[in-house]
Amino acid sequence: MNLDTFIFLALNGLTLAALLFIMASGLTLAFGLMRVVNLAHGAFYLLGGYIGVHVVHATDSLVLGVLAGGVVAMVGGVLMERLLLQRVRGLDLSEALLTIAVGLIIADALLVAYGGRPISLPLPPDLRMPMDLGVMMYPTFRVIIMAVAVALGLVLWIVMARTRIGAAIRAGVDDRETAMAQGINVPLLFAGVFAVASFLAGAAGVIGTSYMSLSQGLDVRVLMLSLVVIIIGGMGSLKGAAVGALITGMVSSFATGYLPQFALFFLFLPMTLILVFRPQGLFGRTT
Amino acid sequence: MAEPIIEVTGLDAHYGLSHALHDLHLQVGRECVALMGRNGVGKTTLARALLGLTPPRAAGTIRVFGTDVQGMSPHRIARLGVGYVPQGRRLFPSLTVDEHLRLNLRAGPTGEAWTVEAVYDLFPSLGQRRKSFGNQISGGERSMLAIGRALVTNPGCLILDEPTEGLAPSVVETVAQGLRDLSQGGVAVLLIEQNVKAAAMAADRAYFMAEGHIVHEATDKAAMTDDEVLGKYLGVSA
Repeated sequence: MNLDTFIFLALNGLTLAALLFIMASGLTLAFGLMRVVNLAHGAFYLLGGYIGVHVVHATDSLVLGVLAGGVVAMVGGVLMERLLLQRVRGLDLSEALLTIAVGLIIADALLVAYGGRPISLPLPPDLRMPMDLGVMMYPTFRVIIMAVAVALGLVLWIVMARTRIGAAIRAGVDDRETAMAQGINVPLLFAGVFAVASFLAGAAGVIGTSYMSLSQGLDVRVLMLSLVVIIIGGMGSLKGAAVGALITGMVSSFATGYLPQFALFFLFLPMTLILVFRPQGLFGRTT
Repeated sequence: MAEPIIEVTGLDAHYGLSHALHDLHLQVGRECVALMGRNGVGKTTLARALLGLTPPRAAGTIRVFGTDVQGMSPHRIARLGVGYVPQGRRLFPSLTVDEHLRLNLRAGPTGEAWTVEAVYDLFPSLGQRRKSFGNQISGGERSMLAIGRALVTNPGCLILDEPTEGLAPSVVETVAQGLRDLSQGGVAVLLIEQNVKAAAMAADRAYFMAEGHIVHEATDKAAMTDDEVLGKYLGVSA
């Protein structure tokens, strides 16, 4: 086993983990609050990605591109929640089918608009250079993705642990019915969390293009990985999203590197074990 | 009882497949009223209906502070000024004692006299567990916290579902006395209780339920602790 390969795969695993955390953190909180899984989350990733690449081409600004991708996905999420999801609230199957439908429509519309050719993000010159991490040279932009994920994790953690809104979200995830009977407007909280989650998916789609090019089917792949993260970590748990993303990112990277023919097997193995031995996830609560 | 705060008229409610409440009539003014009966007679279903938590298949009207709350979302009913201490306490495992109180702290129909510190003064042992999580405190402390969580909303109407369950007798007395003081201060208190002593200490009158019906009304304290009534509807003697 070559040490450089090992370190490279570990760094790739961290990059994927960072992207997955950005995707899964909002999704898991929304899931925990209203028990709604947004199966259009992957499509929002793709939507944000394409919009972001456009904006980067037009403005030469990476920051604007990331913001634009996030905002467009957020608008999509808010519209879906206000106009569609609210009509089927509480009907698990209808909610799931509705988000699948929206996801398919968005993904197909993007296929019509951009075709099936993979697209990647035009990076500014100074970000194209690899960065010396001491142990090896590694693409600068991937290091930035990791830093963004860590910063996001810190911000979300402070909001959840220290603010009144965070406490209300925790109460709602613990016991929605009781939280509402105590006067907490859980549907409104959910709408807010859902909007933030959609923004994060769109923004992840833009920065993620430096790691995985935008292409047909990426929405499903990213959604699947995010769901694996949430199932491993436990729904509604931020800590769970972080640990789940690390496990999923590392397993995916090493399995693809060393045993590609078993990559999917190893990817789903931790999730299967969790479902059998700890169905609520590593940090989830049973209700 | 000049103006009823809680007014239930002809309420029918279903819980799952069972018909849980039948043509129920009940009024609570600015007083403390006990609702008594054995397990499973529909007391909790009634409390849940008042808070908007029972399924929508409920007929009849429920008015709280004069507002028809049938079909209203629970958080809006709570914001009218209804405090609720649910059966089983239903504390939040992810919130500390202090967070439970701070999250619910708000001015209500009765002003803002109830603060977090006022709750700690009422229940000193809670004050020593401020940083403990909702699932890390003792049964008695859980009851105190569930009550405190309702008090800091400064409710004009308080619905308690067996709040003294699991409390030491001395704390039961504190709670009963506290409820008595609240009702004398103008809060409408509906106390669901199987503990006859606590009910008699706190309440001025009582309704007795059996099989989803209100089967008896005791209009004063003496009637509440009448041996025949208690034997018939609760299977106990005073």
